[in-house]
Amino acid sequence: MSKAIKVEHLSKIYQLGQIGTGTFSQDLHRWYSRMRGKEDPFLIIGEKNDRAQKGSNIVYSLKDINFEINQGQAVGIIGKNGAGKSTLLKILSRVTRQSQGNIYLKGRIASLLEVGTGFHPELSGRENIFLNGAILGMRKTEIKRKLDEIIDFSGVERYIDTPVKRYSSGMYVRLAFAVAAHLDSEILIVDEVLAVGDFEFQKKCLGKMGDVSRQEGRTVLFVSHNMGAISQLCTSMLLLEQGELALQTDDVRKAINRYLSDTSEEIKTSWENPGKQFESPYFLPLRLKVASASLQNGERNSFSNEFPVRVTIDFEVKKWDPSLEICFWLYNDDGQLVFTSTNSDTSPGEWPEIKTGENSLAMDIPARFLNEGSYILSLSSSLTMKEWLIHPEKSTVSVRFSIKGGLSDSPTWYERRDGILAPVLTWKKA
Amino acid sequence: MIEEKEYEHWDQVIRPESPVFSLKLREVWEYRDLLVLLVKRDVISFYKQTVLGPLWFFIQPLIMTLIYMLIFGTIAGIGTDGLPKALFYMTGIISWNYFSECLLKTSTIFKDNAHIMGKVYFPRLVMPLSIITGNLVRFGVQFVLLAAVILYFVILTDYEYHITPYLLLLPALVLLMALLSLGLGLIITSITTKYRDLAYLVTFGVQLLMYATPVIYPLSATPESIRPFIAYNPLTPIVEGMRLAILGKGELELFSLLSSVGFTVIVLFFGMIIFNKAEKSFSDSI
Repeated sequence: MSKAIKVEHLSKIYQLGQIGTGTFSQDLHRWYSRMRGKEDPFLIIGEKNDRAQKGSNIVYSLKDINFEINQGQAVGIIGKNGAGKSTLLKILSRVTRQSQGNIYLKGRIASLLEVGTGFHPELSGRENIFLNGAILGMRKTEIKRKLDEIIDFSGVERYIDTPVKRYSSGMYVRLAFAVAAHLDSEILIVDEVLAVGDFEFQKKCLGKMGDVSRQEGRTVLFVSHNMGAISQLCTSMLLLEQGELALQTDDVRKAINRYLSDTSEEIKTSWENPGKQFESPYFLPLRLKVASASLQNGERNSFSNEFPVRVTIDFEVKKWDPSLEICFWLYNDDGQLVFTSTNSDTSPGEWPEIKTGENSLAMDIPARFLNEGSYILSLSSSLTMKEWLIHPEKSTVSVRFSIKGGLSDSPTWYERRDGILAPVLTWKKA
Repeated sequence: MIEEKEYEHWDQVIRPESPVFSLKLREVWEYRDLLVLLVKRDVISFYKQTVLGPLWFFIQPLIMTLIYMLIFGTIAGIGTDGLPKALFYMTGIISWNYFSECLLKTSTIFKDNAHIMGKVYFPRLVMPLSIITGNLVRFGVQFVLLAAVILYFVILTDYEYHITPYLLLLPALVLLMALLSLGLGLIITSITTKYRDLAYLVTFGVQLLMYATPVIYPLSATPESIRPFIAYNPLTPIVEGMRLAILGKGELELFSLLSSVGFTVIVLFFGMIIFNKAEKSFSDSI
């Protein structure tokens, strides 16, 4: 099979001490102190200026990365925050340059590190399609040819001659993705852009990207924290750990499992805000906790399925907003989203009251509903239809628990079942 | 596998270093549609949601001319080479506007477009080129205004206008102005990715530079003592040349014009080198 990308000994180095201080006079000052053999007055606080440890102020964002990618592959790139995913994408899309190593490419490369790059609020949807397309490397004739298709895909036909500043954020994203989805490049690089738009549209995007690699034979590189999307789309995986390539495999599940077991070790059954993380006047998470009446399994984070799992969320509200929505996302160990739940799922009369000051909300995940396995529960919150306060894809407000045993009272069912859920339904005579 | 490697053909190689001086003109040409669209964007967004619309292109030079006529012409009594004041100032203003707008805008392209350039690759030179072209449109529009004012003077006053062969110099002078502002702008924007100081210096530096250039006074009216300094200014032959080309009066020596061309070439050359170096990794430092 022919290769599309080859990366050889790729490294990206940042030199901590030697970045310009920002203004010319300070750089002069630094240079002058160094000339007199004095300490650098602008060294970043907390960073030791230790001459014995030479080279300690060099940070490898990427270190000696080697891989090859075949044409037509859909490659998922995963790794924890700071593992170097974004740096790798930035180098591949030529936004920044590597320090060492070469990259060989076949065909045109288009990158989508963000949707709607270069959209101008004053211009109409149609004008922005042309501008955005051209920024992404399309020729005008090419865009003209695909214009109807793009407008159709975006679903904002009615507003196509309205300035995009009047668009809702959803429409904006739809239009932007529609342009990007119609790029004709042989290699497409995508960075977490699917974290936007409603569910329906996300599905549509995923489908489109699947088509791009499977049917059109183009190569797709896809970075995401959404393991569900990755496992749906990708045929091959790159796992980065601390700037190094930890794993390249065609076994998608294997890479995901390794990634999850690595991240979830740090996650416990309760989360406490170490400081002011995710602070906003509308919502400041204080504590997130999962608990169960069963603790007979000995392991503290392992619950019997006989009892419901109680989720408790403590948070502080400085400025009350009626549209505040608090939500949790429950993932299983395959990274699949099992379900989400919000405080406003019932009729408004039944919504729990939220007041300014400290609040505590709780709900139960029913007993004998989940399957055996381990789960990660992540908190997100938003002002409905306005803005994300904690974006679910970027949330680090997470707790972990596992369900073990107590699956049913039946004499024949006592271990994990196939399927995502394992509810016990009562069978009756009709 | 090793054998296969040797036969592998790659379309593109990204290396850590790029040649010191490469214009990538072929790549820029491939992105010419982007250039046109960026120009269009800048022109349209300039007057969108304004009542007067494109009229704003006329209003600014008109009012400036009136104010200069009042302050420098009437109150200060500075001569205008025997030309009608309105024509003298307006020619200077639209020429200077072109230069200063190009310079100010190109000198902040990295900062202004960080959100685009940090996300997508395209030949970076497209950005400054679009600014220079966009301002050319504006210059063209204002030039029409100037032509109308000249016509007004010819019809309604006893001003006699003669088209001189110097008019042929006009495109070359505009080009020279464009390239000089491009070169200076590239140098400044590249340095400002590391040192923000320069950005502040430029805004008022350009204002000061105007007074060192014969925009509000003719070169012929400068006293002998400071005249050499003003004559050394590479912008002097350009502005004087513009008046010579359009109005038929101005002091232009071949030598000073040629040294201005030489200066522009050098500035442009250095601008390209330093810009090439800066664009590689500006997204790490901005």
